[in-house]
Amino acid sequence: MAFRNYILVCGGTGCESSRSEEIYQNLIKECEAQGVKDEVQVIKTGCFGFCEQGPIVKILPEDAFYVKVKPEDAKELVAEHIIKGREVTRLLYDKNQSKRNTKVEDIQFYQKQFRIVLRNCGKIDPENIDEYIARDGYEALEKALFEMTPEQIVDELKTAGLRGRGGAGFPTWMKWNFTKSSPGEIKYVVCNADEGDPGAYMDRSTLEGDPHSVLEAMTICGKAIGAHQGFIYIRAEYPLAIHRLEVAMKQSREYGLLGKDILGSGFDFDIEIRLGAGAFVCGEETALLQSIEGHRGMPQPRPPFPAVKGLWGKPTCINNVETFANVAVIINKGGNWFNKIGTDDSHGTKVFALTGKIANSGLVEVPMGTTLREIVFDIGGGIANGKKFKAVQTGGPSGGVITEENLDTPIDFGGLIKIGSMMGSGGMIVMDEDDCIVDVAKFYLNFSVDESCGKCAPCRIGGRSLLHILDKITCGNGTLEDIDTIHKIAHAMQKGALCALGQTTPNPVLSGLRYFPEEYRAHIVDKKCPAGKCKKLITYVIDPAKCIGCTACARKCPVGAISGERKQPHKINTAACIKCGACYATCKFGAISIH
Amino acid sequence: MAKMTLEDLRKLRESKQDALRKRDVEGKDCQVIVGMGTCGIAAGAKVVLDAFLSELEAKGIENVSVTQTGCMGLCHVEPTVEVIVPGMPDVIYGNVDAKVVKQIVADHIIGKKLVSEHVFDKPAADILKKD
Repeated sequence: MAFRNYILVCGGTGCESSRSEEIYQNLIKECEAQGVKDEVQVIKTGCFGFCEQGPIVKILPEDAFYVKVKPEDAKELVAEHIIKGREVTRLLYDKNQSKRNTKVEDIQFYQKQFRIVLRNCGKIDPENIDEYIARDGYEALEKALFEMTPEQIVDELKTAGLRGRGGAGFPTWMKWNFTKSSPGEIKYVVCNADEGDPGAYMDRSTLEGDPHSVLEAMTICGKAIGAHQGFIYIRAEYPLAIHRLEVAMKQSREYGLLGKDILGSGFDFDIEIRLGAGAFVCGEETALLQSIEGHRGMPQPRPPFPAVKGLWGKPTCINNVETFANVAVIINKGGNWFNKIGTDDSHGTKVFALTGKIANSGLVEVPMGTTLREIVFDIGGGIANGKKFKAVQTGGPSGGVITEENLDTPIDFGGLIKIGSMMGSGGMIVMDEDDCIVDVAKFYLNFSVDESCGKCAPCRIGGRSLLHILDKITCGNGTLEDIDTIHKIAHAMQKGALCALGQTTPNPVLSGLRYFPEEYRAHIVDKKCPAGKCKKLITYVIDPAKCIGCTACARKCPVGAISGERKQPHKINTAACIKCGACYATCKFGAISIH
Repeated sequence: MAKMTLEDLRKLRESKQDALRKRDVEGKDCQVIVGMGTCGIAAGAKVVLDAFLSELEAKGIENVSVTQTGCMGLCHVEPTVEVIVPGMPDVIYGNVDAKVVKQIVADHIIGKKLVSEHVFDKPAADILKKD
């Protein structure tokens, strides 16, 4: 008999860390205990993208969207929703909406999104190959194996205009074509799943929610370039994604969709997983190949490019997870369909991990050309806690800030470079008025310096020198000459570093200087931090006119730096103050200010 | 499962597609809503719900979503079922059983004709404000 209800539980890493596994188990137990286990199917799916509201449980066919669900809620969900047909209002995303109107499409977060890469995330059970197949899975592979020549596959990608989603935006068809035309019997397909930008988790969620989409695309790539072996390089910190990939590969092999003589076509292709130890530089393709071969992950000079001389000296085609996740759809719907989405410069969609000071943090997929304003304010719901928008960092530690004035720039590869940032892999960190631009640049610089492999001097020495200067500035010891020095070092790094990591390390500093020069001047000339972040440059002061002597701040102060009688204005001993800000957060009367 | 050929894969996709389509909310323009308050369940609403699911499956009808609701207030004619089909008035049927379900599917949903002997109006629909 058909199931009357389907309960979809988010099994992404974000929701799983908020106990969604327990919710899943409890729902199954409750369905059994309440006698409906044969009528209800409980499914664990990939990330819904709306991570801010997780863990998420969706019940079909009513399309009820439950958010922030706890394992204890399972009993009520089954008893009320399934048995009695009454929605559990307190858990609904929009509690004011009446029954039958709580359609997922009505949630603002999803309205401007367009899902190609995440087409199956949150819809299918990623550990069940049948569900992927039912949603047109492996249909593209059928076409590629039985109806298309390698040239036609590459041509379809060319028509589509797909560009690499790992950051650089190199046309995918060209990469495939180079590897295809490189001479050699043995060739390799490599999937770069070494996602490393702080705050970015697009690739992880794709692999967790829809692993077959990547396996299928890699096999198609194998057919196109003439390779019979693929590798997925993924960081060991992604255990769930690795597990789902392993399950998916096992099922594909059982079905004969991987391995020898795929679907009786005579074409052989298999995939192995290689775990990385989590070095940022291993996301750089030549360093990644070194790591797969078992060497220390250090970039190699290019040329020769991997397409000519890659893994073990053989022609190798490397694409990122998101790039691969587009391929099956392009083969199925045609390059012309894909080509119409997005802008002239960049076609298709882009997935962004929206994090930072944003109301709805989560995973969003939008057509290229969507403006930043739409992403931050319409989809993201604006800045959390009513603060003022300051900037968005795109491209992670290699990118730059985008400010208010550029909020209406359509986002595509070219557009972002024009305003001094870059697409990157899709991390998007939103900053509000409380974030100090110098401090943020210092954070990214710290990251890049830590992750530098140390092979070439511009990156190894340049990065550390830049960090040293920023340290000086945030401590109030900076001089205006430092700005010139920053530009000189940055120029040398951009010109001289061996790989993209070193070349782009100065970007956060440069873009900060470009868009917030007055903030750097405030640190250097006035010895002040306007955002109140740089501890050496701020003092906390109590306004005696506003202080009512409630003693709340004095009790909170961890070092006893606040003194005063009850009902009398208090005072902060600035010499003892460690500037933790506890008093500032505690005061209910706005009597404490930052200078 | 053993290794598949192209044919096997296509067959598998087709069979699984049907199963997955039932989960889809999109494209379902008709609704069957079964009243499953305590009164409804006691009168046999559970049988009615199951009957709808299997009847729709047997007839291969895919544009109908079957959901449930609480008591509709017509406890004396339970089990009650609300049927919403575009182009037809929203109707509440009372005293529904497995046999009537077949009638509703055949006459109302497929044939676009009301099953008159079981029609009950919404209670006091005339004094409720229409918006």
